Amino acid sequence: MANVTLRNVRKTYPGGFEAIKGVDVDVGDGQFCVLVGPSGCGKSTLLRMVAGLETVTGGEIDIGGRIVNGIEPADRDIAMVFQNYALYPHMSVYNNMAYGLRNRGMAEAEIRTRVDEAARILELTSMLERKPRQLSGGQRQRVAMGRAIVRQPKVFLFDEPLSNLDAKLRIAMRVEIRKLQRRLTTTSIYVTHDQLEAMTLADILVVMNGGQVEQVGNPLAIYEKPATTFVASFIGAPPMNLMSTRPEEIRSQLAGSAAADAGILGIRPEDFVITDQTPDGGVALPLTVEAIERVGAETFVYGSREQEEQRVAATPGELPPGEIIVRIPGTDAPAIGTRIRVAAVRAKLHLFSADGRTRLEA
Amino acid sequence: MQKQAIFQSKLLPYALVAPQLAIVLIFFYWPALQAMIQSFLLQDAFGLSTTFVWFENYIDLFKDPAYFEAILRTFFFSFAIAVSSLSFALLLAVMADKPLRGSMLYRTLLIWPYAVAPPVVGVLWIFMLHPSLGVLSRYLRALGVDWNPLLDGNQAATLIILAAAWKQISYNFLFFLAGLQSIPRSVIEAAAIDGARPMRRFWTVIFPLLSPTIFFLLVVNIVYAFFDTFGIIDTMTRGGPGKSTETLVYKVYTDGLLGGNLGSSAAQSVILMIMVIVLTGIQFRFVERKVTY
Repeated sequence: MANVTLRNVRKTYPGGFEAIKGVDVDVGDGQFCVLVGPSGCGKSTLLRMVAGLETVTGGEIDIGGRIVNGIEPADRDIAMVFQNYALYPHMSVYNNMAYGLRNRGMAEAEIRTRVDEAARILELTSMLERKPRQLSGGQRQRVAMGRAIVRQPKVFLFDEPLSNLDAKLRIAMRVEIRKLQRRLTTTSIYVTHDQLEAMTLADILVVMNGGQVEQVGNPLAIYEKPATTFVASFIGAPPMNLMSTRPEEIRSQLAGSAAADAGILGIRPEDFVITDQTPDGGVALPLTVEAIERVGAETFVYGSREQEEQRVAATPGELPPGEIIVRIPGTDAPAIGTRIRVAAVRAKLHLFSADGRTRLEA
Repeated sequence: MQKQAIFQSKLLPYALVAPQLAIVLIFFYWPALQAMIQSFLLQDAFGLSTTFVWFENYIDLFKDPAYFEAILRTFFFSFAIAVSSLSFALLLAVMADKPLRGSMLYRTLLIWPYAVAPPVVGVLWIFMLHPSLGVLSRYLRALGVDWNPLLDGNQAATLIILAAAWKQISYNFLFFLAGLQSIPRSVIEAAAIDGARPMRRFWTVIFPLLSPTIFFLLVVNIVYAFFDTFGIIDTMTRGGPGKSTETLVYKVYTDGLLGGNLGSSAAQSVILMIMVIVLTGIQFRFVERKVTY
């Protein structure tokens, strides 16, 4: 049991590339922290720095009150689950799990007890004598988990552990990991690029971009109040609609509030309703319906706005400018080509500075 | 899925493989057949008459204690050469596998000795260790070692083993380096997190994962030590002093070409041929399997 604190952690490669540009994160004892971000944002590097597999070129990493910067991975009292499982191919499942305990000179009887217990929890008891190549992907993943839990470390580190599994198994394993962590109450740091995985697993969510932390907090709090346009478009699927407030159409509707001078307006797809009324202080937009996606419980309506421009893409290549996604419950949707009017109430508006780096209160 | 080519004419496929077949038949099967026939014949000292003697050449060989000595000597040489070149190459490969500055240059330089022909290797080592010409011999004598491989059979054997092993290090190094690089980094990292120190990591994770490579190289090195050391022995010791460095292959040469006993020489060749077939069989049987651990 321990908390993990990162203080102004930096990583600069010998070539001068700055992978981590000063990160501060505080993970409390027993908490489940998820690092999420697009590929190349430095989240895996940061995790590997906590594990001791990458050197720290600046700042401090503190595990359970001890600065571990110069300490070998073996002595940090952590366990890691790798994306490709990294099982020892020549050892049986039992030996894979026992290896870390044997290295620490534990008595064989105690090892047997611990491995049996882990195997029971992970439903691997009947497979203890098999070799990793005789196991399915999900079973290998469980062995990797078992190898971590038998050690009873202070911290679990997960490096995209589910990304090699198929979609159905991924959801099942996601739930398993969460249940297991609740039960063991071991501090955990989990890296993923999947925002749904991040939302469902995290006690604390750390959204990263370009080697920096964009926002840290409770996942729902981040969803409700994203600090930057990057977070707004990265967390939530489909992403938040972002548009410039410069056109008269929007500016006039925001008049009279401090937000009138804001640069970017964001509205989540589910916060729109199709209506002819304009809610007091809210925003209404006329749209032409261009595409409909029915997924059963809900329907996504893709509409284009009158003026072609304005949508400020936070991450490139997401939506063409001027396109708005509206999410409505059920399957009852307007026909393609019809003109509709959608509106969102004041409380559901997100306002950002023109560069997208600062959130403004409406 | 195997692709089956379809030929219009039945003769065309045969015509296409004919050059290859001709080479194999003329240069491999025909000499082998000649050796086999020869091994059943006995020639008089002047080469005037030849008698068919069935297995007499073989029986004589197996009655000859000198032949058994040569077999034992060859086994010892093979073992010593294989073990020393394999272990040294593995050590170098482990060092070269680390992310070092200029590692490409280092690796390239380590591969060069393989390009040196065996007789040249022999000459190089003679320059270093010849009792009167050798550079190192002076230092050895200065250290009080009575170094004279021209008279001392054990020293001559050591010299041959050194030179033969040295030449093979490059080849083994290449395979070991490739083998090391094919071990996923994350497995080594997992072992590091699991509390295994570098030495323990090597013996419990890296070495077992290299075992297919090691086995493959072991067979290759034994075959090399059996047959390809001829050039080295011929330039360095000519099988001497006495018969202390005469291996099976060298004995084929001395008995046949120098001693004129073609029948016995041919019989020895046939026995060597059988040994190669067995070794290659072992290699195919165990090494060609995809998963060996």
